[in-house]
Amino acid sequence: MSAELFFQYLVAGVTYGIIYSIVAIGFNIIYNTTGIINFAQGEFVMLGGMTAVTLNGFMPLPAAIVVAVLVTMAIGALVEIVFIRWLVNPSVLRMIIITIGLSILIREIALHVWDEKVRALPYFTGTSVSSIEVGGVHISPQVLWVIGVCTVIVIILNFFFSCTSMGRQMRACSDNRNAARLCGISARNMVTLSFVLSAGIGALAGCVVSPITYVQYDSGTGLAIKGFTVAILGGLGNSMAAVAAGILLGVLESFSIWVMPTAFKDALSISILLIILFARPSGLFGSREVFSMKEF
Amino acid sequence: MLKIRNLEAGYGSLTVLRRVTMHVSPGEIVTMIGANGAGKTTLLSTLSGLVRARAGEVLFSGRDISGLPPEQRVAAGCSLVPEGRQVFQTMTVRENLLLGASVLRKRGEGSKTGEELDNVYHLFPVLRERQHQLAGTLSGGEQQMLAIGRAQMARPKLIMMDEPSMGLAPLVVKQIFFIVRKLRDEGITILLVEQNARAALGIADRGYVLETGRIIVQGPSEELLANRDVQRAYLGRDLDAER
Repeated sequence: MSAELFFQYLVAGVTYGIIYSIVAIGFNIIYNTTGIINFAQGEFVMLGGMTAVTLNGFMPLPAAIVVAVLVTMAIGALVEIVFIRWLVNPSVLRMIIITIGLSILIREIALHVWDEKVRALPYFTGTSVSSIEVGGVHISPQVLWVIGVCTVIVIILNFFFSCTSMGRQMRACSDNRNAARLCGISARNMVTLSFVLSAGIGALAGCVVSPITYVQYDSGTGLAIKGFTVAILGGLGNSMAAVAAGILLGVLESFSIWVMPTAFKDALSISILLIILFARPSGLFGSREVFSMKEF
Repeated sequence: MLKIRNLEAGYGSLTVLRRVTMHVSPGEIVTMIGANGAGKTTLLSTLSGLVRARAGEVLFSGRDISGLPPEQRVAAGCSLVPEGRQVFQTMTVRENLLLGASVLRKRGEGSKTGEELDNVYHLFPVLRERQHQLAGTLSGGEQQMLAIGRAQMARPKLIMMDEPSMGLAPLVVKQIFFIVRKLRDEGITILLVEQNARAALGIADRGYVLETGRIIVQGPSEELLANRDVQRAYLGRDLDAER
């Protein structure tokens, strides 16, 4: 393998890896405040992409993306308020089954609204064939958009959780829910907020990646599986670890083409998920001690 | 300040509190003593809103709060220092204290957060020293101080404390109880739930004895300290042997 080809694979792997990490971060935000895995996370990504494609028919691209993100955030809030908020002390299993049901529901509604056609947003800059050459490697400008936007999301999230009072309150809910309530924090509002936040992040990711990966009514499922694998691989609830784990999975997938047929690419991530769940359920970077205290 | 009438509460089919009636007047330190399983923690959980009351009335400053969720009770000025401290382990000491002040903004007193933080640091100098440390790395006594400081950040009228002496060395217990008295001197009313009956009655104005969910004895602390049943059951005096 030539050095150029190696780097080409590496760039492709990192790009997909970052997309997976963003989905995984969406999982983590909701997991941290509620203790559940929101299996409708992939659908938020799909909704963001689809809504933006539709809106792009009526308005310029940047406006379409902003509105699509806002619409998806509103859907996230609605989903939480209608299906989750009113439950009194629901079990983890019950909440998870609700989110699985939600993901099917959203997918079917999307099928009715947008039919089965595969869509995509136009490239943000340039076209599908334009590329930037960096040291003999050809990189599509959209890849730079993906990496740039995702990096910004991670930085802003970090700032939000460590430096703002609302971010602190969300962390407090994940650390000790009852103690947070005794501090006068409305845990329910924090849960709604976590759904809004992860819906927004998912939608933004959906918009940025759609020129590369395309988007279809059911494209959320695949992303959700990859994102879930990455979240588990990094250690549930740990967003920084999710980025590292995402890039790791993306690069592994990318180089797997080298040794086995492309069709087995998805099998690879499922195998990794199974191995991690058997061997080290706390994730690569998670602490076993903390994991043993978690309900799920 | 706090008036409770015929309060009943429990979990599932289990009734823990039976017709509990008590009151706490402004500026008092009132203690509730009782053995393990008497219902002390359940009482405080019910008063703070974590457990729903089945029947009865809870009046706080003349207002019925029995239907309010915990966050609104804190906003009304009724804070709980929960059993086992329950500090936010993965967050720093300073963050823990700032979270305690969450209700100040809702009350429109957000500007007083800094002032109150200084106040807490003044009362607990060790917390200022450790302000950037994770709360989970503190010793038991320091965590208890942090839990009290966090409750104080909400500028409450009443602080309820659930076994602040639990698992602490005698010297640290002394320190904590000294602080409880200091808080009262600053105008905060205290409801202290304790297993350490002697120490609790030592600083309280009045006391109640809870047994299997019922209040069996009540009165001024000196009276309870002199009560033969209380002495036998809670103060560890073997009266027969002394005779």
